[in-house]
Amino acid sequence: MLGFGNEYRSDDGVGIAVVRALGPHLPPSAAAVATEPHAIDLFERWKDADLVIVVDAVSSGSPPGTIHRFEAQGQPVPAVFARCSTHAYSIAEMIELARALGTMPPRLLVLGIEGESFQHGVGLSPAVARAATEAIQTILRALKDPSPTEGSRQRLEGPKGDSASAKRPDHDRKP
Amino acid sequence: MSEQHIRVDYLARVEGEGALKITVRDNQVVDLRLDIFEPPRFFEAFLRGRSFHEVVDIVARICGICPVAYQMSAAHALEKALAITPPPGVRSLRRLLYCGEWIESHALHVFLLHLPDFLGHESAVSMASDPALRPIVERGLRLKKIGNRLMTILGGREIHPVSVCVGGFYRAPAPSELRPLLPEFEWGIEAAAQTLRWAAGLEFPAFDGRYDFVSLFHPDEYPMNEGRIVSSWGLDIAIEDYEKHFRELQVPHSNALHSVRADMGTSYMVGPLARLHFNFERLQPEAKALAREVGMCPPMHNPFASLLARGVEILHALEEAHAIIREYRGIGEPCSAEITARSGVGMHATEAPRGLLYHRYRVGEDGTILEAKIVPPTAQNLRRIEDDLRHYVPSILSLPLPDATLRCEQLVRSYDPCISCATHFLKLEIEHV
Repeated sequence: MLGFGNEYRSDDGVGIAVVRALGPHLPPSAAAVATEPHAIDLFERWKDADLVIVVDAVSSGSPPGTIHRFEAQGQPVPAVFARCSTHAYSIAEMIELARALGTMPPRLLVLGIEGESFQHGVGLSPAVARAATEAIQTILRALKDPSPTEGSRQRLEGPKGDSASAKRPDHDRKP
Repeated sequence: MSEQHIRVDYLARVEGEGALKITVRDNQVVDLRLDIFEPPRFFEAFLRGRSFHEVVDIVARICGICPVAYQMSAAHALEKALAITPPPGVRSLRRLLYCGEWIESHALHVFLLHLPDFLGHESAVSMASDPALRPIVERGLRLKKIGNRLMTILGGREIHPVSVCVGGFYRAPAPSELRPLLPEFEWGIEAAAQTLRWAAGLEFPAFDGRYDFVSLFHPDEYPMNEGRIVSSWGLDIAIEDYEKHFRELQVPHSNALHSVRADMGTSYMVGPLARLHFNFERLQPEAKALAREVGMCPPMHNPFASLLARGVEILHALEEAHAIIREYRGIGEPCSAEITARSGVGMHATEAPRGLLYHRYRVGEDGTILEAKIVPPTAQNLRRIEDDLRHYVPSILSLPLPDATLRCEQLVRSYDPCISCATHFLKLEIEHV
């Protein structure tokens, strides 16, 4: 579970808020990491993971609180996630680099939550806070049933690309 | 009369936001602007009124790629202002931390941002999709990771480390934390040497820049935290005299200031080429041998070859870090000097991955910061980049516009500009009017 963002820029912190709220509810085989999206080598962190969930704020012009949900293992990350980054690499580029290097996990679920305000300050807008709660439920459901849901079902790829391996109880899954 | 326009509305593969606009009339560049539209950052202003204790952690936030540079320049400047001498052992540990930053910052730029220009790829992602080049990308990421691991162990975390303080370190690692890194450094030294030999065979666009290089010079070591400021055009000054010899100018098209020589009003170059120019002899043994083998010895005139200069410095930093870790026995407690607040002024410059980084602080009696001045390397290089482009563009006008544009971008990226640091980077517009 990777939550990205800057919690001092209002709704940009939603990825971090989701990861923090999820912490106590995660099964022992899962790990949650909240981080600023600087590191291009973040995919090092999902080595050996069967399921990786990335949560980040997006700004695409949709209504605030809209959850853009995308299964990244089968197709390129859509433009809505290729946000304009002030840093050398965006999360979309990082995921595409992982794909080019053959280090994609069997399943990579990206949740982009449409932000309302990216101004300086702490705290989420009401619509974004509600979306965060919804995202948490989505993630907990994904952890119970690691196969992609209807509507975004993708063919799983990679050597461990089936839901059976994702359910191995004794596997230390670290993002 | 024919006019041409070259435009890059949003420069990619640089840190921060900028654009380039060039207007050419009858094969003469009549207008050239490196627009820096990254918003101003106001760090110098909001450091005022804060305690000196906070400065090191605040300035680290100026950059996610070179936070250590800001911490080093600030810590040294404040130690001068407060008349503090850090305990023995701090010096080599600070060099080790800087090695970590040079490795991660240079590896990011060389492998992921600059190499695609030389290989006809639009990005590291497309490079990685090419089976012949994938091992190069993998090697670059592994080298970068070595730097990041060093930063994590020494600094508490890989970005914006939290262990540096005025007077030393809040915490110094035990030798047992660093030793396990040695085998990875040994791999890194071999990998960096291989990369340098391979990269030397790439095609470097022709360009002859007679540069006024500016960097620190130290008689005994490749400079990081200490030395005198020297220039190819005659300067040899104490760091304290920086502001007498260099001044900052405002230009309408840039949120970053431009730095020039105070006496002549001319641009100058800071960074790996400048450092190598003055300090070649004090490279670590393997780095020096390799630099000689690939022709990276002074005098150097081609800005595109900064790719190789960074490669040499990656190798140097790996060797030096390996040597420091091998000898490291811990620095004992306390790992920072005791400080009594007093009024004073301190200025210092260190060698950030992108070049000389100057800080000056005026501190009040109670330790409050009354004034802060920060001159980042990219701001010092901006005028030089514009001058380079002005000379370079007429030689590439026969190229199709997309190729000419790409060459201009490649030249700008040779400086590894960090616009976020300087704004106070890049779309290209070559306009033939």
